Amino acid sequence: MPDASHAFPHLPALPGVGYKAQHFSDILNDPAPVGWLEIHAENYMGNGGRPLAQMRVLSERFPISVHGVGLSIGGEGRLDPDHLARLKHLCDWLNPASFSEHLAWSTHDSHFLNDLLPLPYTNDTLTRVADHIDEVQDVLGRRMLLENPSSYLAFAESTWSETDFLAEIVRRTGCGLLLDVNNVFVSATNLDYSPQGYIDAYPLEAVGEIHLGGHDEDEDDHGALLLIDSHGREVVDPVWALLDYTLAKSGPKPVLVEWDTDVPDWPVLAEEARRAENALARVLV
Amino acid sequence: MISQSVFRASLLNPSAPIPEGLTDGHDRPAGRRYGVYRNNVTVSLREALVAGFPSIVSLIGRENFDHVARAYLRQSPPVSPLMMHYGADFPAFLATVEQLAPLPYLSDVARIDVAMRQSYHAADSFGIDPASLQALDEDTLLNTRFGFAPSMILLRSARPIGSIWHYTLRGGEKPTGNPEDVLILRAEFDPEPFILGPGAGDVVEALQGGMPFGPAIETGGPGFDLGALLGLLLSHSAITNLNN
Repeated sequence: MPDASHAFPHLPALPGVGYKAQHFSDILNDPAPVGWLEIHAENYMGNGGRPLAQMRVLSERFPISVHGVGLSIGGEGRLDPDHLARLKHLCDWLNPASFSEHLAWSTHDSHFLNDLLPLPYTNDTLTRVADHIDEVQDVLGRRMLLENPSSYLAFAESTWSETDFLAEIVRRTGCGLLLDVNNVFVSATNLDYSPQGYIDAYPLEAVGEIHLGGHDEDEDDHGALLLIDSHGREVVDPVWALLDYTLAKSGPKPVLVEWDTDVPDWPVLAEEARRAENALARVLV
Repeated sequence: MISQSVFRASLLNPSAPIPEGLTDGHDRPAGRRYGVYRNNVTVSLREALVAGFPSIVSLIGRENFDHVARAYLRQSPPVSPLMMHYGADFPAFLATVEQLAPLPYLSDVARIDVAMRQSYHAADSFGIDPASLQALDEDTLLNTRFGFAPSMILLRSARPIGSIWHYTLRGGEKPTGNPEDVLILRAEFDPEPFILGPGAGDVVEALQGGMPFGPAIETGGPGFDLGALLGLLLSHSAITNLNN
């Protein structure tokens, strides 16, 4: 067990990056300015081999954030007890500085769809999500962070705004939030509202981590711009500006750059982290 | 209210209607916006199969692979969030695809790709010191049962699957028509498929089944090269304990 991870009880208010195995040597040789790493939980649920060996080394040097992508917290069915047990096993082993998951669903009738699917914001879904988060926090024995989704459509039946929905979940469960400002920008563009207005209405006091990532451009049936959360390129300037806007209100937070497809060489990712470092430095001035 | 059953039903079925009650935020039907989720699901599962079956992509080409993968993922979406296990029954599916009937070896070659992934994520283990095997007297050795690394996987085929796998991914020699047994071994972190010599597949299978060393090596027959097999197993830390 990587005992030294006990030395990292919290994520620092520094830039972090989504960890990719091909960057292992680069990160050990020259991590600057990266102060912590995030892993997708499900990629570290094998029995052994390189993924776990790398994590044994990295968790001694860096605070680790475990980010789940497969728990289906927004699902209609009950949480998969086997998967919850695997998450507990991983968190007990790694003792990460943070655990987070998504306001989304991905499993239905035992089929895992490998995408973060949307849910309507109603009293019923709020109760269900809050119950699921209670269960996760009970089983893991730790507070989790819940991430806002990228939205491409809206549900006619929704009666809550996303920000009010998240704030109420925080109130009921005591969980924290992972604020993905790229997702805010993507959703606000796609559903035609103000991203700054979203940040103004968002319960920033519950934020334990901020995400940034790249997105792609498409258009809907009416020719309107439709942004797709792809994590496959640099963060665009308006999202960096939204980060500045957010940090000015929230104060310094751990800021993560996500890059999951067409993953670049380390210097490119480190440069994105440097921009996050600069954004954090501006808050401190 | 849109149930997740309804939302999910149209995701992997492009001819199914887009669920009602989904909008663009201005009360117009979601249309292409729902298509983003359809595309995300299909592309992410397809890319997982592309990454998981490099030998099949190489053998039939990306365009044909995408076609087969799409049919498979619609019929067999993952049953677990552990994508490292997705496609375990893709080899069996390949054997049922009519257009691939002229390539009857594909299914067994695909089993190598599956086994390579299983081996990569298998539990770590320590190989025995070769000296501890040499230290056994003959009677003890013949009665010894071997324990093997969880990362060691034996694949037996009526086709030259190991040669085909090497030929298509590593530029190895052109395959002959002979049947081949393949043993996947992982000395540290990177699994490698080795083509076994005559009789070695029978011996490994017997040893894996718990047969003592003496009778197990008898199953190898006249062409079996014991030194070559032991050398391969020991140099890849595949023997993890000796029970006698």
